[in-house]
Amino acid sequence: MTDVAEATGPEAQYRAYLAEGRFMIQKSRSSGQYVFYPRVAEPGTGARDLEWVAPSGLGRVCATTVTRQRPETGGDYNIAMVDLDEGPRVLSRVTGMAPEEVTIGLRVEAYVDDLDGAPAVLFRKVEGAQ
Amino acid sequence: MSHQLRGKAACVGMATTGMGEAPSRSAMDLMAGAVLDALEDAGIPLAEVDGVFAANAVHSMASMSLSEHLGIVPVISDNSNVGGSSFMQHALLAATALEAGLINVAVIAYGSNQRSAGGFQGVSEPLPYEAQFKPRNPITSYALVTSHYLHRFGVTREQLAEVPVAARAWANLNPEAFMYDKGPLTVEDVLAARMISDPLGKLDCCLVTDGGAAIVMTRADRAKDTRHTPVHLLGAGVAHYHRMISTMPDLAVTAATTSGERAYAMAGLTAADMDSVQLYDAFSINTLLFLEDLGFCAKGEAAEFIKGGHIAPGGGLPVNTNGGGLSCVHPGMYGLYVMIEAIAQIRATLDGAPAPRDVGGWVPGTKLALAHGNGGVLSAQATTIWGAPETV
Repeated sequence: MTDVAEATGPEAQYRAYLAEGRFMIQKSRSSGQYVFYPRVAEPGTGARDLEWVAPSGLGRVCATTVTRQRPETGGDYNIAMVDLDEGPRVLSRVTGMAPEEVTIGLRVEAYVDDLDGAPAVLFRKVEGAQ
Repeated sequence: MSHQLRGKAACVGMATTGMGEAPSRSAMDLMAGAVLDALEDAGIPLAEVDGVFAANAVHSMASMSLSEHLGIVPVISDNSNVGGSSFMQHALLAATALEAGLINVAVIAYGSNQRSAGGFQGVSEPLPYEAQFKPRNPITSYALVTSHYLHRFGVTREQLAEVPVAARAWANLNPEAFMYDKGPLTVEDVLAARMISDPLGKLDCCLVTDGGAAIVMTRADRAKDTRHTPVHLLGAGVAHYHRMISTMPDLAVTAATTSGERAYAMAGLTAADMDSVQLYDAFSINTLLFLEDLGFCAKGEAAEFIKGGHIAPGGGLPVNTNGGGLSCVHPGMYGLYVMIEAIAQIRATLDGAPAPRDVGGWVPGTKLALAHGNGGVLSAQATTIWGAPETV
C-alpha cells in the first residue's frame, strides 16, 4: 500500500488513509461541499480545490438489504447505504447486528476494519441514538 | 415548430429469434440471424445496410464483430453501451445519422445465449467503491432502492407484487413468452418465493433467458416502399444521473424523468397520449418508478395506480404487453425487445394483418406507444415514442 505522502491520485490517497485506519472524504474549498467517492474535482463545477477532511463518521441508513446466502457459503449478510451527516452517501455494511435488523433511519457510525484482507469503512449502530 | 428528428426515421423491419432457450446457438448466431430475419421482414437486401448498431455482454466491439460476420462495411459502426437501454440510444443515433444523410439503412441488433451458456452474464466491471462489500449487482442495487421506496412511500411487498402478477397475466396471452402456459401468478406466490436480496424475492426479478433481436430503420421517404407499414420514431431522449447506486441523487427518482421529458418534447406528446406502454422491468420496482418518472402518475403513487389490475390485461393502461422482462424474455440486455413490442403493437394495427396474439393479448387500435429502456443499476434511462404514419 502506498503511503499517504506518496499517493498522488485521489483513489490512492483514499486507500492510503484507509490503510492507516482513517476514513477521509473530500471537501471543496470554494463551495464547501463534501464529496464522496474520491474524485479529481467537485462533480458539476469541476472545481479542483478538493481537500481531505475527516467526516464526523455519523450518518443514517437510507437503504438496506439482506444478501441471502447459504450458511455453508458464509450465510446472509447486510449491505446498506448510509447518508453521512456531511451529505454524501456511502455503500457499506452495518455490522454487529443481525442483517435483517438493520432498518432505514437507523443512526450509525463509521469505523475502519479489515474486510476480507483489506481495510474497509464499515458502520455500526449508535447506541441510544434516535 | 416540431423537432427536426420527429417522425423522420421509421422502423421498417424487425425480428426476434431464439427467445427463451436457444441451445447450441452462440450470441453471434442469434444476433446475426435476427438481423437477416429483420431485413427479410423489411424487404431490404443485406448489401444496403450501411449503419450497424449493436451491444451485448460478450462482444466488446459488437458492431465490428457483427459487421464482419455478415460482410457489411458500415459507414457508421456504433457499439455505444449504456446497458439495457443501449438500443433506444442506438435508435436516436440511427435517426440522427439517417436524417443527416450519412446512412440509408440502419440495423440495431442484440444477441445472447446466456441461459444456455450457464447463466446471467453481466457487462459491468467491479465498481471501485462498492465491490469490496460484495454487492451482487445488479440485484443488490435494485433491492436497496426498493427498500428505500417501500419505506419512504409506505408501500408493501404485497402492493409491489401486483407488478409481476400483471406481467405474468400478459405473458399468459403471449405464446412467445417464456412463462406462457406456466400458469397464472398470485400475490401470494410472489410473497412466498425464495428471498434473493430483501425485499426482492425470486419472482420480483427478471428471467434469465437466451434471445436475439434486431430492427431495421430507414428514413421515412424510403420507408414508404418497404413491405410493412412503417412505424415512425416520433421522439427519443436519453439521460443518466449516476453509475453506482450509492451516487444516485434521489433514490426514488430515476433519470427517466429527464429522458422522458426529452422524448415527449421531441414528439410533442405526453404520457396521456400513449396507447400502450413498454417499460424495462428488470425488477418489479422498475415498473413503479418508471410509471411515476414518465408521468403516468405522481411520485409515490404508482402502487395505488396499478392496484386492481390497472396495468394488467383488461385494465386501464396496457403496460408490458408481451409479459415484460419478468415473464416474457430477458436475455441480459432486454431493451431491444421493449422497443420491438411497442412497434409490434402499432404495426399489427396498421397492416390489417391477423392479430399477433389472441384477443386481449394485444391492444387493437394502438397508434402511439412508448418504449422505455433502463441500463446499469437504474442508471442509464432512454425513452422512445413510436407512432403510426398518421401521427407524424
